[in-house]
Amino acid sequence: MAELVRAAQSAQSAPRRRAGRVALRRFFAHRPAVIGLVILLVLIFAAFVGRHLWRYDYGDFTGDYSDPPSAAHPFGTDSSGHDLFAQVLRGTARSIEIALFVAVVSTVIGALVGAVAGYYRGLADSGLMRVVDLVLTLPLYAIAALLGHQVGSGRSGWISIALVLALLLWAPIARVVRGVTLSLREQEFIEAARALGASDRWILFRHVLPNAGGTIIVNATVYVAVAILAETALSYVGFGIRSPDVSLGSLVAAAQAASATRRWLFYYPGLVLTVLVLSVNLVGDGLRVAFDPREDR
Amino acid sequence: MTAGPVLEIEDLEVRFPAAGRRRRRRKGGAGSGGAGSGGAGSGGAGSGGAGSIGADVTAVRGLDLTLDPGEVLGVVGESGSGKSTAALAVLGLLPRGAEVRGSIRYRGRELVGLRDRELTGIRGRRIAMVMQDPMTSLNPVHRIGAQIVEGLRAHDPSLSRAAARDRAVELLGIVGIPDPVGRAERYPHEFSGGMRQRVVIAMAVASDPDVLLADEPTTALDVTVQAQVLEALRRARLAAGAAMLLITHDLGVIAGQADRVLVMYAGRAVEVGTCEEVFARPRMPYTLGLLGSSPRLDASRPERLTPIAGSPPTAAGPLQGCPFAPRCPLARDRCRREEPALRSVAHGHRAACHFSEELTGRSAADVFPAGVA
Amino acid sequence: MAWYAARRLLASVPVVLASTFVVFLMVTYSGDPLGDFKTQQLRQNNNPAIRADRIRGEQHFLRLDHPLLERYWLWIKGIVLHGDFGPSRHVPDIGAELGNRLLVTARLVTLAMLLAVVLALVVGVVSAVRRARVTDHLLTLVSVVFLSLPVFWFAVLLKDYLAVDLNTSLGRRLLFTMGESTPNLAGGFWTQLGDALGHLVLPTLVLALSVYPPWSRFQRTSMVEVLDSDYVRLARAKGLPRRRVLVHHALRTALIPLATVVAVDFAGLVGSTVITEQIFTWQGMGTMLLDGIKDRDVYVVLAWLLVVAVVVVVVNLISDLLYAVLDPRIRVG
Repeated sequence: MAELVRAAQSAQSAPRRRAGRVALRRFFAHRPAVIGLVILLVLIFAAFVGRHLWRYDYGDFTGDYSDPPSAAHPFGTDSSGHDLFAQVLRGTARSIEIALFVAVVSTVIGALVGAVAGYYRGLADSGLMRVVDLVLTLPLYAIAALLGHQVGSGRSGWISIALVLALLLWAPIARVVRGVTLSLREQEFIEAARALGASDRWILFRHVLPNAGGTIIVNATVYVAVAILAETALSYVGFGIRSPDVSLGSLVAAAQAASATRRWLFYYPGLVLTVLVLSVNLVGDGLRVAFDPREDR
Repeated sequence: MTAGPVLEIEDLEVRFPAAGRRRRRRKGGAGSGGAGSGGAGSGGAGSGGAGSIGADVTAVRGLDLTLDPGEVLGVVGESGSGKSTAALAVLGLLPRGAEVRGSIRYRGRELVGLRDRELTGIRGRRIAMVMQDPMTSLNPVHRIGAQIVEGLRAHDPSLSRAAARDRAVELLGIVGIPDPVGRAERYPHEFSGGMRQRVVIAMAVASDPDVLLADEPTTALDVTVQAQVLEALRRARLAAGAAMLLITHDLGVIAGQADRVLVMYAGRAVEVGTCEEVFARPRMPYTLGLLGSSPRLDASRPERLTPIAGSPPTAAGPLQGCPFAPRCPLARDRCRREEPALRSVAHGHRAACHFSEELTGRSAADVFPAGVA
Repeated sequence: MAWYAARRLLASVPVVLASTFVVFLMVTYSGDPLGDFKTQQLRQNNNPAIRADRIRGEQHFLRLDHPLLERYWLWIKGIVLHGDFGPSRHVPDIGAELGNRLLVTARLVTLAMLLAVVLALVVGVVSAVRRARVTDHLLTLVSVVFLSLPVFWFAVLLKDYLAVDLNTSLGRRLLFTMGESTPNLAGGFWTQLGDALGHLVLPTLVLALSVYPPWSRFQRTSMVEVLDSDYVRLARAKGLPRRRVLVHHALRTALIPLATVVAVDFAGLVGSTVITEQIFTWQGMGTMLLDGIKDRDVYVVLAWLLVVAVVVVVVNLISDLLYAVLDPRIRVG
C-alpha cells in the first residue's frame, strides 16, 4: 500500500519538475526580465563582493571634502570626507540583505498560514484569517516607523527593521495563498491523493504548495521591491537605518540640503536605488510571465 | 426577388501563423488592428519561420460554399474541421494575426479584405451570428432588453428608443421567452442556458438579416433544451426570412432543420447535396462513416454502429493526398498521392472522393470494419 | 443596500477595536514615553525630589499610573463619550488637530487617487488595445520606472526640475513646493482656491505617479481578458461600432476588478502619503504621525492609527458597494 501511495505521489511530482524547466525557459525568453536579472546580479556582486575590493570603506574619512565625482571618487565625497561610492555600495548591500530577509521570512510564514487556513478550513481558517485581517488593518509604514524608531540603531539594527517589516508583510500573502489553496483543494487530484491515503501534511507540502508555487514566488519578488522601498523610505525619515550604518535612504536624506550645490550626493544614491528596484521589478515581471503565460502580450 | 445566392464562399483559406513569428504589416487596406480580415498578399507561406514555436495552423483549406436566399445549409464536421473558423471569417471576427485568402461574397459584394468599419455595417444587420456557448456570449452587466435594443439602434439610428423597446419585446416573444416585458429588464445570469441562447437568437434576427450563421447553437445545451432552442431558431429565422448556415457536429440536428448539407473534413468540403440525397446515398466514405456511427431510431433492424478508427488530422502542417486516407477503408495509393477534387456525382450532389462510385448501394457496416459493439 | 452597508460597518467594529488594542500594546511596549522627559529633567533639575515629583506629575498626566487595561478602557471611553482622544503635551486638543489635518490630507489623497485611477484606466486600456505594439511596450516601461522610483527621491527631483524651472521660466510662482497653502494669504475665494491648487499640483503628481503602475498593469490584464471574451465578440458580431464595443462592453466589465484592487491598495497609499507630506512639509496627517512618533506622543499616535483604521474600513466598504453596483451578478437578493 505504501508503495502505491509513493508511486502515485512521485508521478505527481514528475510533471512539476518539467513545469519548472518550462517556466525557466519562458523567463529567459522575456527580454526585459533578462536585462533586469543581469543588472540585479551586477548590483549584488558590486554590493557584496565589490565593496570589499574597493579601496575605501564606507566609514573611512578620506580627507577629500565635498569633492565632485572624479577618477579617485567616482561618486564624489561628502562634507565629512566619506567616499560616496563606498557608501552607496554599503547601502545597496544593506537594502538587499533586508529585502531578502523580509521576503523570505514573510513569504514562508504567509504561505504556511495561508495553506493551512485554506486546507483545513473551519475553525483554523476563521481563527487564522481573523489574525490576518487584524494585521492587514495596520498600515505598514506607520507601524514600521513606530517600531523602527525604537530599534534600528547600530550595526545589527538592520535585523530588527527587517523583522518588523516581515511581521507585517506576511499577511497579504497569507490571504493570497489561502485563496489559491481553497480553489486547489476542490480539484480532483487532491481527492485522489487523499483516497490513496496520503497524509494531510504530505498533501500540503507536495501538492498544494508547489501548485501555488508560481504565485508565491511572484509575490515574494514583489515583496523584495516593497521591502527595499519601505526600508529606504523609513531610513529617509530617520526611523530606519541610522548612522553609523548607512542606507540608500539615509544618504538621500543627508543630501537633501545639498541637492542644489552638491548634486552628486543626492543623485547617485537615488539613481542606484531606482535601478536596484527597477531590476527587481523587471525580474518579477519575468517570473510572472514565466509562471502564467496568459500574462504575456 | 434577388436571383443568385445570398452568400458565396470560394476557395476560402484561413491560416494562423506560428506563435512567435512577427506579424507582417498588411498591404492594401486590410483591417485595422483586430479584425483579422487580412487581404490577399499578406506573406508567410509554409510552416513556421526561424525562431517560431510550432507550425502554422491552416484551419480552412479551400472551402467552397453557396447559400441561397431562405435556405438552410447544414455544415457538419468534427471538431477541428474548420467550420467555426469559416463562420468567423465571414464576419471578419477571427483573432488577430489570422490570414484569410480566397473570396467571401455577400450578394456579390466581396467581404475579404474589407476594413473593420465597413464590415461593421454588415454585421448584425445583414449577416448575423449565434454563438455556441450561451453562458458566455451575453454581457453579464447589462440587461438583456438593453442588449437587444442597442443592436437595433446601431443598425437603424432613426429608430426611437420606445420603438426599439417594443421591437425587443416582440422578438423575445418570437423566441418563446415568457413574460417578455418583464424579462427584458433582467440580467443574463437570471436566465438558464436555453433561455440565454434564445435571447442570443432574438438579438441575431433583430434587424431581419439575410443570413444567419448559427455556430453550434445547441452543442452546449442539454438534449431536452436543444429541441426548444431549435424551435426558437426556426421561428426566428422564418420571421426574418433569413437563410441560415447551421454549423453542428450533430447529424440529427441537420436532418431536422436543414435543406442541404455540407460535410467538412480537415478544412474543406468533402460532400455537398440535399439532405435526402446525402443521407440516403452518401458518396464519400467519411460521410458514410458519420452516418454509420450515429444511432438511428428509425432503423428497421438494429444496425451495428461503425465508429471511424483514428482521429481527424491536426490542422498544422501541409497535407498530401486525401486527408481522410489514413482512416478510410477504401484508401489506395492514388488517395495518398492526390487530393480528390469536389466533383459532381449526381444532380446537385458533389463529393470529393476518387472512388465515390464504389459506395453506391453500400451501407456503413459494409464499408467500415466492425467497431466495438 | 443600506442594510448591507450598516451590517458591514458593525461587523468591522470588533476588528478595529482589536486593532487598536494591539496598537496600544505596541505603543506601550515600544519604549518609555517619558524617556525624553526624564532626560530633560535630569539636565534641568538638580534636585532629585523635585525631579521625581515632576516625573510623577507627568506620569499622572499621561495616565501611566493606571494599569494597561484600565488605560485602554479610559482611552476608549474618552473617545466614545467625550470625543477626547487623550492627553498630550505637544497637541492640546488631539481631536481638533486630527480634524484639521484630516481635511488637509483628504484633498491630497482624493485628488491623487482620482488621478491615479484615470491614469491606470487610460494606460491599461491603451496598452490592452495596442497589445504587443510599440505603444504597449513603451507604456509598460514607463509604468515600471514609476513603480521603481522611490517617492522621496522622485519628489525632490520634481521639486528641483519641474517646479523651480517652470516657475523661473514663467516668472511667477505657479507651483509651490512647501506647505499646503500660503500663510496669511489675502484675497477672495478664487485666490485661495488657486493658491491651494498651486500647492496641490506637485504632491498630487508625486503620489499619483507612484501609485498608479500596479493598477494599470492589472487593468491591462483584465482588459486583455475581456477583449478576448465571447460577449465582446458577439457585440462586434452584432455590428456595434468599435468605440461602443470598447467602452460600453469591454471597459465596463474590465472595470470591475479594478474597484477591489484600488481599495486593497489604499492602505498602502497611506505610507506614500506620509512620506510625500513630509517632503512637501504639509501640515497633514502624515507629518502629524511622524512628529508624534518623534515626540513619543503616545496618544497622538494612537489617535492617528485609530482614524486610519476606520478610514481603511470605510474605503473597503465603499469598494465592496461599488463592486455590487458595477456587477449585477453579486448583488444580494
